[in-house]
Amino acid sequence: MQVLEFEKPVAEMEAKIEELRHLSDDGQVNIVDEVARLQTKVEKQLRGIYGRLTPAQKVQVARHPDRPHCLDYVGAMVTDFTSLAGDRAFAEDQAMIGGLGRIAGQACVVIGQERGHDTESRVRHNFGMAKPEGYRKAQRLMHLAEHFKLPIVTFVDTAGAFPGVEAEARGQAEAIARSIEVCLSVEVPLITVVIGEGGSGGAIAIAAGDYVMMMEHSIYSVISPEGCASILWRSRDQAGEAAAALRLTAQDLLQLGVIDQIIPEPLGGAHRQPQAVYDAVSKAIAHEMGVLMSLDGKVLLERRHAKFLAMGQKGLS
Amino acid sequence: MPPPPTLCAEHLLFVNPNLSILPMNWLTNFVRPKIRALVSAQKEIPDNLWEKCPGCNAMLFKRELEEQFNVCRHCGAHLRLPPAKRLEMLFDDGAYDLIALPKATHDPLKFRDQKRYSERLKEAQSKTGQNDAIMVAEGLMGGKAVIIAAFNFAFMGGSMGIAVGEGLVIAAQRAVAARAPLIVIPASGGARMQEGILSLMQMPRSIIAAKSVKDAGLPYIVVFTDPTTGGVTASFAMTGDIHIAEKNAQIGFAGARVIESTIRETLPPGFQRSEYLLDHGMVDIVVTRHELRETLIRILGLLTGKAPANKNKSAAASLAGPFPHGARTLPLRRK
Repeated sequence: MQVLEFEKPVAEMEAKIEELRHLSDDGQVNIVDEVARLQTKVEKQLRGIYGRLTPAQKVQVARHPDRPHCLDYVGAMVTDFTSLAGDRAFAEDQAMIGGLGRIAGQACVVIGQERGHDTESRVRHNFGMAKPEGYRKAQRLMHLAEHFKLPIVTFVDTAGAFPGVEAEARGQAEAIARSIEVCLSVEVPLITVVIGEGGSGGAIAIAAGDYVMMMEHSIYSVISPEGCASILWRSRDQAGEAAAALRLTAQDLLQLGVIDQIIPEPLGGAHRQPQAVYDAVSKAIAHEMGVLMSLDGKVLLERRHAKFLAMGQKGLS
Repeated sequence: MPPPPTLCAEHLLFVNPNLSILPMNWLTNFVRPKIRALVSAQKEIPDNLWEKCPGCNAMLFKRELEEQFNVCRHCGAHLRLPPAKRLEMLFDDGAYDLIALPKATHDPLKFRDQKRYSERLKEAQSKTGQNDAIMVAEGLMGGKAVIIAAFNFAFMGGSMGIAVGEGLVIAAQRAVAARAPLIVIPASGGARMQEGILSLMQMPRSIIAAKSVKDAGLPYIVVFTDPTTGGVTASFAMTGDIHIAEKNAQIGFAGARVIESTIRETLPPGFQRSEYLLDHGMVDIVVTRHELRETLIRILGLLTGKAPANKNKSAAASLAGPFPHGARTLPLRRK
């Protein structure tokens, strides 16, 4: 497991525990007490660290390479998952995962960005940065969901839409704009979970839904803290300050009324106990699907529009 | 008689009309240019009278440039046009009513980089005389009521925050209420990052606004002007019924520098320009600024299936477009 800078004291203790455990195989009973003592200490320390993560540290946790990604969630909590490919216009984009499946028994359409977990898969998934064909694939699947009256669940985890010449040539902006428009047009429930990084337009393209949840240590921002720092501070070194100024943590977004719920993570982040995370997310989605499925499509749409139309309006006079 | 010029740097820095009538001697021919070169050519011409054409480097007399709606008379380059001038250019007889927008001086995140956002807002407000980066107006085009929302790039790069989103929502509501087409004219670097996630949320918000116009069966036309990028292009701007681009405008999603650092190579010529988007199927028409009004009137007439505007008496005078008349002379009506 990759260790973040601020987790180093914990990692040292964990290494010690591991060492002791190795010794305890020899039957020295008193070591068990020592392990338990250290374990308590580790938990205390983790609680201390994770209880007051700075926004910059949250950014690191949200991007942690061992954090569960879209396909991990799909593998763990979507049964009968049947991957569907392609935008029917140009290509298949593996940065944007999509398919049919069941969550807690309810058939649905699942869409999400996948970043990959090693060099080979990261390249295949383009580091989770979708191209226009990815967003057009998302649109197609959302229409499919609407046609068959299936709820849509999206998992957001992207640094942003891919910024490249080919993406521009094929209309990245149009693809994102239409994708948001489709989110705001489908008369079926649309539930979003921001599992890691919600990077700007690339994220909102599949996140303009009825109910938006964020994992406790995920982030969601109009611009990456690095990008913001290089523009406003003229140096990427100020990314920490930018992260704080942007108010990009799940807690900030709940306070700003942009999201509806925070899903708590196990102590030390989702990557430490992924199964507990999958269970919690599955439960939260299932509950919300139940609530939203009982509403008429037109009512859903009205509520969705009213929600986004009100965003930011409070401070205007 | 003014005092004779002496060899003083202060005199030589500025245009001194007396210098030109002096007899040629070594002082004016040799020393003056030398000193000028030393202190560079700065401030030779007052800023407010002349503007350098970014296309051909010609010095353009500002008043004349404004009469041409900021189009260079030498090379035809389209310089940025403030929204008030644009509204004047588009509406019949240059007459329109501004629709009041809520004053948005609030700073939802209490954002601060090297400067407070609230200060940046105040500076932009005093520089432009606008509350925020958008102006919404209603008036007649070809004799028919139209709502236009125009961005001001001079106001924090035309960036879209809550107030701009609100402007678009109000423009759309007005269009639906008046059963009038909506024309939006972006000139924007994208989302206003000082408003953080709330500026990102203006993307769905503005799309809902535009959609309400389309759902009401009214034309929603986007006129892309230089520059239209980022979260503005990737939201309401790219969902128009018709996309018109002014010639050679920069239009795109990601900034050129971001792309260059991603692909580590220089960008193709003409990349992200109007003509490039036309070639790639992202805009319907590329027009010069002089053709814009006439094109809009024609398209609106066709979309709404009404009789051509020249059969409409009230519009007859304005059909030929603004340019044969020169600068419009009728006073502007403002709320």
